[in-house]
Amino acid sequence: MNPSQIAIALWTLVIKEIRRFTRIWPQTLLPPSITMTMYFIIFGNLIGSRIGEMDGYSYMDFIVPGLIMMSVITNSYSNVASSFFSNKFQRSVEEMMVSPMPNWVMLAGFILGGMARGLGVGIIVTGVSLFFTRIEVAHPLLTIGVVILTAALFATGGFINALLGKKFDDISIVPTFVLTPLTYLGGVFYSISLLPDFWQGASMLNPILYMVNVFRYGFLGVSDIPVGWALTAIFGFIIGLFAIALWMLENGKGIRS
Amino acid sequence: MAEPALSIRGLTKVYGNGFKALKGIDLDVQEGDFYALLGPNGAGKSTTLGVVCSLVQKTAGQVSIFGIDIDKDFARAKYHLGVVPQEFNFNQFERVIDIVLAQAGYYGMSRREALPRAESLLKDLSLWDKRNGSARMLSGGMKRRLMIARALMHRPKLLILDEPTAGVDIELRRSMWEYMRRINREEGTTIILTTHYLEEAESLCRNVGIINHGEIVRNTSVRELLAELDTETFLLDLAEPVSEAPAIEGFEVGKVDDAQLSVVVHRGQCLNDVFDALKRDGIKVLSMRNRANRLEEMFVSMVESGNADKEMRG
Repeated sequence: MNPSQIAIALWTLVIKEIRRFTRIWPQTLLPPSITMTMYFIIFGNLIGSRIGEMDGYSYMDFIVPGLIMMSVITNSYSNVASSFFSNKFQRSVEEMMVSPMPNWVMLAGFILGGMARGLGVGIIVTGVSLFFTRIEVAHPLLTIGVVILTAALFATGGFINALLGKKFDDISIVPTFVLTPLTYLGGVFYSISLLPDFWQGASMLNPILYMVNVFRYGFLGVSDIPVGWALTAIFGFIIGLFAIALWMLENGKGIRS
Repeated sequence: MAEPALSIRGLTKVYGNGFKALKGIDLDVQEGDFYALLGPNGAGKSTTLGVVCSLVQKTAGQVSIFGIDIDKDFARAKYHLGVVPQEFNFNQFERVIDIVLAQAGYYGMSRREALPRAESLLKDLSLWDKRNGSARMLSGGMKRRLMIARALMHRPKLLILDEPTAGVDIELRRSMWEYMRRINREEGTTIILTTHYLEEAESLCRNVGIINHGEIVRNTSVRELLAELDTETFLLDLAEPVSEAPAIEGFEVGKVDDAQLSVVVHRGQCLNDVFDALKRDGIKVLSMRNRANRLEEMFVSMVESGNADKEMRG
């Protein structure tokens, strides 16, 4: 395929993916908005007012970046996991497999679709948070860059999950038993400086901690960990997961018999 | 000489569980042909076509589409290939028009180019009125036609139809046959068809390959294959019931029910002899038809003999 044909194929897939999650917006866009509103009301407003400050900021201000990031992570991941798995389940993935579209375009199309939903939900949650607090962004470019990279990383993870999944249960196991605990323990609701030394060290093994912290640094200008180190880690994860997903596609893992 | 539309050499497929689905098959389908690939369930038809379409990974062998080796440049080979699979493989929740346009997009066709093509195909296949509806609302026959429209969006030179008329009523099947004949005749599209309706293969195809136990057991023209047919069985509907089948010298006559006889006629025998004998016995025949279609008889005998050989070897 020439570059123009590749661009058409990629655009087709991305638009198809965006159309999919917007068509079923009561399942994809509405629930995270409502859940996050509950977090803001309960943890930010009601409980947060009794907690006081965290790292020198009001508790509401502290948790806003974490909650935005949490919604971006879960939605980027689950969009690709459920969409690609549905394509496998309904065998409509064969439409793409019989076409001359390169595997990397297929992978990129699903990732961009997942990112679109993750970032879309992130924007909605940011909008909701404005009802509860004033948002000031200390480092706008870094903030935008990190959220985009995070969406890309988890969309890629969702793709691998869908490739490996054999039944619908398989695509809910990782979000439920891995992603949610790591997100909750990734410093969304607290600063890891509150933890004993051992658990601080253990938290450093959690990749989500890096993303939440860099994102919070972008908003507030404070982070538990060095920003450069966190960005390197995110890039490393993206390259690693993209390479694994592409290798799996090239070798037909999970899609070819 | 022009490259064959499809050339397969030594194609072998061994699945992960050790099952050898294809045992080194060789097959050529010439450009412009209407070719039937026949075989019982599990014979290896869909595996063969799956390899050609990149849905199944081959274990060994070489496949070329219009001279393009799929191991060297599968992407270029895929431009020539359109696939209509056995099972519905589109997103049932998408609109009909979106399904065909997305397929065009995967082949790099711009929307400006794809829209008129989609309109023409959907009109030809009587789906234009349904274009804005969800695919799940279509009937089974419409879904099959949708897959044909989708497969033709990028104007493939080789169209693979894996049981395209399964579960389709007779009227619709005939109209689909006419459409397939038309694109083969007028557009020169090479068509490879697998089907369980042997009447379909006999009516549509010029050449035929029979695959059994992962091996091609015959690859010839339909005409030559039918010329080899030694026997045909006819069913005779009688005006009056008979108590037993009459004995006619040289023919095997059986009683199907009180008002129907079966007569096995070998090559070289004359049906007039049967009618003369029945007339002598005062038996009136109202109508007559073949028990099965001719290709079906040939196919059954080949598959049965293949199974017997396997049992003897086993």
